Amino acid sequence: MQRLLNIDRRIIFAAVGLAVIASLIIKFSLPVPASPPVQRIYDKIESLPVGAHLLISFDYDPSSKEELQPMALALLHHSFRKGLKVIGMTHNPSGTGLAEQAMNSVASLYQKKYKEDYVFLGYKPGGASLIMNMGEDIHTAFLKDFYGNDTTMLPALEGVESLKDIDYLIDLAAGVTIETWIAFGKEKYQFEMGAGCTAVIGPDMYPYLDSRQINGLMAGLKGAAEYETLAECKAQAFKGMLPQSVTHCLVVLFVLFGNVVFFISGGFRSKRRQSR
Amino acid sequence: MRLGVSLNPNPPQADKGEANLLGRLFLIIVLMGIIQPIIPLGAAELVPPEGFRAYDTPWDGGESISLTWRVSPSESPEVNYIIYIASSPQGPWIEAMKIRSDAFYKTGALERFGFRKKSKDFHELQIDPRRYFASDKNRQAIYYFKLATARGEEFVPTEQVVSATAKGNWFNIYKINNLIIMMAFSGVVIFFIIHARRNPNLFLRKISGLDAVDEALGRATEMGRPVLFVHGLTSMGSISTMAAVNILSRIARRIAEYDAILKVVNNDPIVLSVSQEVVKEAYLEAGRPDAYNPDYVVMVASEQFPYVAAVSGIMTRERPAANFFIGYFFAESLILAETGAATGAIQIAGTDAYTQLPFFITTCDYTLMGEELYAASAYLSREPMLLGTLRAQDVGKAAIIVILFFGTILSSFGIQFVSQVFRAF
Amino acid sequence: MTFQYFVPHPYSKAFLELMTRWDRIIAGFAVFIGVYSLFHLHWTRIRRKAAGWGYSIFVFLGAFITIAFGLYNGGEAFWHDKKEGTMFDWLFLYIQVPAGATIFSILAFFMASAAYRTFRARTVESTVLLLAAIIVMLGRVPVGALISQYIPLAADWIMGVPNMAAKRGILLGVSLGAIATSIKIILGVERQYLGGGD
Repeated sequence: MQRLLNIDRRIIFAAVGLAVIASLIIKFSLPVPASPPVQRIYDKIESLPVGAHLLISFDYDPSSKEELQPMALALLHHSFRKGLKVIGMTHNPSGTGLAEQAMNSVASLYQKKYKEDYVFLGYKPGGASLIMNMGEDIHTAFLKDFYGNDTTMLPALEGVESLKDIDYLIDLAAGVTIETWIAFGKEKYQFEMGAGCTAVIGPDMYPYLDSRQINGLMAGLKGAAEYETLAECKAQAFKGMLPQSVTHCLVVLFVLFGNVVFFISGGFRSKRRQSR
Repeated sequence: MRLGVSLNPNPPQADKGEANLLGRLFLIIVLMGIIQPIIPLGAAELVPPEGFRAYDTPWDGGESISLTWRVSPSESPEVNYIIYIASSPQGPWIEAMKIRSDAFYKTGALERFGFRKKSKDFHELQIDPRRYFASDKNRQAIYYFKLATARGEEFVPTEQVVSATAKGNWFNIYKINNLIIMMAFSGVVIFFIIHARRNPNLFLRKISGLDAVDEALGRATEMGRPVLFVHGLTSMGSISTMAAVNILSRIARRIAEYDAILKVVNNDPIVLSVSQEVVKEAYLEAGRPDAYNPDYVVMVASEQFPYVAAVSGIMTRERPAANFFIGYFFAESLILAETGAATGAIQIAGTDAYTQLPFFITTCDYTLMGEELYAASAYLSREPMLLGTLRAQDVGKAAIIVILFFGTILSSFGIQFVSQVFRAF
Repeated sequence: MTFQYFVPHPYSKAFLELMTRWDRIIAGFAVFIGVYSLFHLHWTRIRRKAAGWGYSIFVFLGAFITIAFGLYNGGEAFWHDKKEGTMFDWLFLYIQVPAGATIFSILAFFMASAAYRTFRARTVESTVLLLAAIIVMLGRVPVGALISQYIPLAADWIMGVPNMAAKRGILLGVSLGAIATSIKIILGVERQYLGGGD
């Protein structure tokens, strides 16, 4: 019994690995209904008029790509289809490649032209100070875009002097940037904001959702899958729901198994006696 | 742009029929009753609004001019207001904004107009004139505004031209609530710091995670293995990192006294420099400057997961006897702590990243939760001045509990002003 | 920054802009200190033939190749605008991206083993924790809705009410602690982070 309770962690690792592989091989489908926080982001973008400015801050790096890149792609599909002007930027130096790839690949599907329909401002260090800089004047914060174009000459930025002129901002974050955007951007310069984040920091963002400092939230791969379903561009995240579901079920089974063994071995009774 | 007024030209013709006049009249009244709610102002003439006024937006940075005007009876979702701006009273006029006539009321700007009843009778909006006159560097420039009402092709301009200058202010009165709260809490902190000097015997509850520090360091010394101090991922601007560095300093001094080996890993170059300085100083204070080795305080990677890989590598190769995870952590917390648990090290974590707390609690021997991270420096040093701030925190917490309690009761009865008092504008 | 928060005047804004620009410039230069530390550490390991010194060679190899392709910029020198589809991009997309994702994915394995060891119904409190964990784990994936439509609702309630209440309690304590620490630092009561004594 004791051996089962202290099972070698490598056995658990192997079981998780096998479960993930099996769920990728065996094809089956699961419904992914949208939760209200994801629906609100979709509705907000849906309500924006053609030509409205959407700023997406791609604040993640390759390590969180699996969760956040599908969100970025789904958002871009929806935005370009709606005819919004998309402005991209990142606070993460390793995020430039992913952001650039996401914007260019989706834009080409909708025949959107760089400079006219979308721009990528690239990376600048500074975090909070960069946001404040953008709140005062976006053109001095980013004198040039990612490709070296003068930002005052970009048609997609026409009418955008500072963050106050942004119609909607979405921060896709793997770190603390959502809080930074709220504290130094949204609260100071008053614009509407939504967010997407990794599942790990998702619960962190609920207070901001409750206080309406962000109008919507996509958390983890599930959030991305829900947005893919809403935007009718089911892809990576939607497919990822299968292994994720299987792994969650496996962990639950392991926990139940551990408790059954614990119960049979009399651990529960002896602990209760100890506590008395 | 079409200027001019289009009037409803053809008044309805009178019915000249004689038969059943009363019946027809009744029918007309019934039809009017049905039609009226559908097209409330369908045939009504556009009435231009009154009381159009421009003034410098108070308490701002001089970037906008506020415009206000009275609500007009013509307002509906189909009717728009168009605002024109010019740098001289003669024009040329530029269309600055086109808004729906049933939007932009004073009620939407609680910070400026509060809950005044009359707010719903006025429109109000801000315009940044330098958006339209970017080349105008004169901060004292006067700008002129005109207002027009439009519905489809109909267009009614207001002849009145108003003007204002956008001036910068030295204080934002709408943030006075934050200033008062900040000063009040700072006052309490300073009071207790002074109080603690006179009365140093402050009660401090037991924090087992910090009591275990000596045990962990003693174990490392006995086993002859190093102690690993892992910083979180945030930079030196983060309070969590500052608190972590404060704890590092206390730990480093004890390690220097015990003659054990301390290894510190960083992912931020500024935190690295500060950590090196802090550890060096701690060894100096312990009277063992020769024992300090700068190669033990290193930067291993600047990215999250390369950092994880590097630190996990150090853990599995060097098998430290004790691991300290102090600072702000993200998804790496579980990987680091689980790797450390697998090596059999005694682990103490401290973080204010409350999402990561469950991971540390499950994998570490002791965890400093939230504010305990900030209290650690005071707890370890027992410095009366530092302990005084802990008492101030307790007073602050008591105040929050009282405010939350009464705020919840008042809000439940529909009295909302309490939430506005604490709102950040 | 505190001053600027209350003072909206253009002079104050210009000052803040200047300071934030300096902050960014200093942060940029600090990278060199980090690079020096990293290279010095691994060079020392190679020189002393410390355990696992072979891995340190890969640090230099990786850095050298990335910097070289970054400077080469697909045939155009580095002072020109960044070219697309260069070897630098390839290294990023096909080495850094999958390597980062691999480390991240280890989390799933560690979470499973940590959950197995920790979630035991030892006491009444831990049984409540165990049940809450099972409901949230199932409610966060579509399979939860397949089992019962109430599982996602229950998971949302757990996350939104008891979990949120506890978190807000911690958050309020953390915020007060952060403010008190800031005041201690501003007043010079706490000087450890400067390497100073009491």
